[in-house]
Amino acid sequence: MTNGTILTEQRKKSIREISPIDVYKLLPKTNCQECHESNCMAFATRLVNGELVLTDCPPLHTVEYQAALYDLGLLLAPPVRAVTFGSGVKQCTIGGKYVLHRHEFTYHNPTTIAIDVDDLMADEELRARVHRIEQFTYNYIGRNLALNAIAIRSISGDPAAFGKTVRIVSGTTNLPFILCALDPAVMEAGLAETKECRPLIYAATEKNWKPMADLALAFHAPLVVHTDGNPALLRSLVKTLNACGLTDLVLDPGTLAEDGLSETLHTLTAIRTAACRDFDELFGYPLLGVPLAVWTSEEISMDVLKWRETITASMLMSRYADLLIIHSLDGWVLLPQLIWRFNLYTDPRKPVSVEAGIRTFGHPDKNSPVLITTNYALTFFTVESDIKAAGLDCYLIVVDSGGLSVESAVAGRYFSVDSIVSALKEMQVDDLVNHKTLIIPGLAARLSGETEEASGWKILVGPKDSSGLPQYLRQHWPPPSA
Amino acid sequence: MEVSVVVHKKNKDTDRIDGVDALSLAPRILELLQGVQQLELENFSMEIGDLDLFIPFQNLAHSPHPASAPPLLPQKPTDLIRELYHPRVVSYPGHIREVTLGATKADGGSRAHTVTIGGATTPAYTDILIPPVHPPAISLDVFDMKVSLPRVLREHVADVMEDPAEWARMNVKKFGSDIITIHLMSTDPLIRDTTPRQAAETVEEILQAVDVPIIVGGCGDPKKDAAVFTAVAEMAAGERLLLNSVTLDMVEAKTLGTVAKAAHDHGHLLLAFTGLELNNAKELNRRLYEYIPPEQIVMDLTTVALGYGLEYSFTIHERARYAALMGDTELAHPVISAATNAWAAREAWIEMAPEYGPRELRGPIWESLNAVTLLLAGIDLFMMMHPASVLTLKDVIRRLGNKGTDAAIPARDWVGARIS
Repeated sequence: MTNGTILTEQRKKSIREISPIDVYKLLPKTNCQECHESNCMAFATRLVNGELVLTDCPPLHTVEYQAALYDLGLLLAPPVRAVTFGSGVKQCTIGGKYVLHRHEFTYHNPTTIAIDVDDLMADEELRARVHRIEQFTYNYIGRNLALNAIAIRSISGDPAAFGKTVRIVSGTTNLPFILCALDPAVMEAGLAETKECRPLIYAATEKNWKPMADLALAFHAPLVVHTDGNPALLRSLVKTLNACGLTDLVLDPGTLAEDGLSETLHTLTAIRTAACRDFDELFGYPLLGVPLAVWTSEEISMDVLKWRETITASMLMSRYADLLIIHSLDGWVLLPQLIWRFNLYTDPRKPVSVEAGIRTFGHPDKNSPVLITTNYALTFFTVESDIKAAGLDCYLIVVDSGGLSVESAVAGRYFSVDSIVSALKEMQVDDLVNHKTLIIPGLAARLSGETEEASGWKILVGPKDSSGLPQYLRQHWPPPSA
Repeated sequence: MEVSVVVHKKNKDTDRIDGVDALSLAPRILELLQGVQQLELENFSMEIGDLDLFIPFQNLAHSPHPASAPPLLPQKPTDLIRELYHPRVVSYPGHIREVTLGATKADGGSRAHTVTIGGATTPAYTDILIPPVHPPAISLDVFDMKVSLPRVLREHVADVMEDPAEWARMNVKKFGSDIITIHLMSTDPLIRDTTPRQAAETVEEILQAVDVPIIVGGCGDPKKDAAVFTAVAEMAAGERLLLNSVTLDMVEAKTLGTVAKAAHDHGHLLLAFTGLELNNAKELNRRLYEYIPPEQIVMDLTTVALGYGLEYSFTIHERARYAALMGDTELAHPVISAATNAWAAREAWIEMAPEYGPRELRGPIWESLNAVTLLLAGIDLFMMMHPASVLTLKDVIRRLGNKGTDAAIPARDWVGARIS
């Protein structure tokens, strides 16, 4: 007896085992360039690398290639299905994972973060909370990080109250919803107010799966499958719901926030491992984590609960949760989640970097300061924003450090005496200014002496954090000798 | 906003999971975060705009998932179709070496107890029946001179900052540190350039002040560190100190051999530090094997702050651990993480707009998240600073070591819970 129905005729290949040739064989092979690639082989290569998608090849979507498209779909399908809920520009896609570890390929579809509201909230409170959820953003490396969805909980157990709440939220925002009620009658009242916007239904359980399956079919909505641990029951429910014709499912083996956290993380890990390593189809669905569950504990201190929710959310995200439901709306709880999500989902095959070269700020002249930093995107954008905020006139040399920050690049010797010396030479910094003084980051202080010897430039050690640049320049520029 | 917590309890029978010790954490965290004001959530002043810029990654394929082929059953099932679940049992050919820090009197040292790290036979927390052989340990930092620290960190240590011995005692007694790290920062030629002899005296003071194992941190200069470590190694012969750290820069400066020999001759351990590059880590280890048994080597693969490249650290540790368990013995060493590096992130210490919360909370949560994230990637020993972060990590380590129970713990009803 094995877990899942592994395709017997041909074992499914992991994305890492698929070669461009496997894909090429199924393409039109006409080299028509409609995809803007030079030929079908080039398209195949980028498809396997996850840089292009099947829809980028228009001919494949004609009747002639129907069979090939179906086969390509099977070949390239991720072992974890991608499930979409909501509609319009803000719709959320969760899952769609190809690998267990990001270094094996890259993760797709960053964890969706939903914040709860409930049906006991007064209208005004409800609208205010929804607005807060919509407005929470953080600008990080030039991107706006934001929250993605709203989980509406039925506390009252009253269908009318739930329906009314869904109606209000639906009239207030176009963020996607997760409707949370275990009573099918309450769920139906909520769904009736959602007008084709495909909310995610929480949840089908061992007790209510029949009516919940009917609702999911009637409203064409994806469905969460919930059990208290018990992976065998979870698989049984998935198998049964598949037999009902439902394939847009999300798995929730239950989040235990206190001493059960171990069980929760191990269960999520076991499910995702079975999906990615054994292609267990019954486990091949997105996973839900519920940090909000910490709020059901006996703890009464709000700060302690928020603290625990933060820790739990972050660990669930690292351990495969594709969707999180959180209660706290505090910035210190959410900020690290948004940042960690962005980081975890960057493509490890490509460092988050900016191009090396010289940047000019303000109106520098021949006597303006010359600064140097690394090409890690965050480092660069931070320095850039500090220089701009202070209105400094200067040159900034951006060195290729392989996308590492100053501290890591110094430690890893990607930002070194050699790299500084060659940047000065290659970028012909001599021609820009009349002086030979270079300000290096405080975190690279160690390199000052040797760089001075090797480059013939006078090296000044700048502040450790670029927020200190304006003050530093006021005190040290122009240098006494210049 | 007036807030009160009403827990709407439907499952009376779940009371048993309200573990007393799980909750005992609460007052301490509060105490450590004292002075933090409740946030005014109402006072928002932010720009609405660009919300649409958050574009989720595209799916590779939009075509049917194998599981999604519509089942051809004529009618819906009336009963649950029972499926089984067999947990995947994986055994790995390799394992991580065990390394013991500190030595008791019986073993030629003066420590009251030792701390052993490593020994993993599976990736961290992947099999609930195989908790860590040794729970990950925590070392708190002590500096040998007054250093500039973010305000949120400084207030916990302000009274002892000029007395390393007292600082070490406080870390052990008050904050429960398993190990103490003494950073000999003053030896830096660019700072005070104190002599190896003075450095050795500082380490001796720490050894007398506390009876836990000691990590000795240098200044990062390959020549000076070599001289300092050699003097410290001789002075503390037999104590099984962990010398933090040896690097490929020492190979270039031709000082690696001296330090490694001193560690070997006087019975100490070496921390091999490399910058997020496994080939370098392996190369450095290979050079060290010429001088010292592998059981005396711990690795530092570099910890970067959340938001500044933590994902590089996370991934390098996942890769190293898998490679080691698959049989790469050059990577089969316990690993250490300086979670303190989290404070390099601005979000941990600068004053930000009110909607992002007070730095008194952001700082320690940053250090905590750096630590728990790398805990999942397999870290065996953490170097930390903020007491609330230490407490949090200890609590998480304790909870994750829980093998689970035979009976399923029912999740509490969060859907219908009244929580604010």
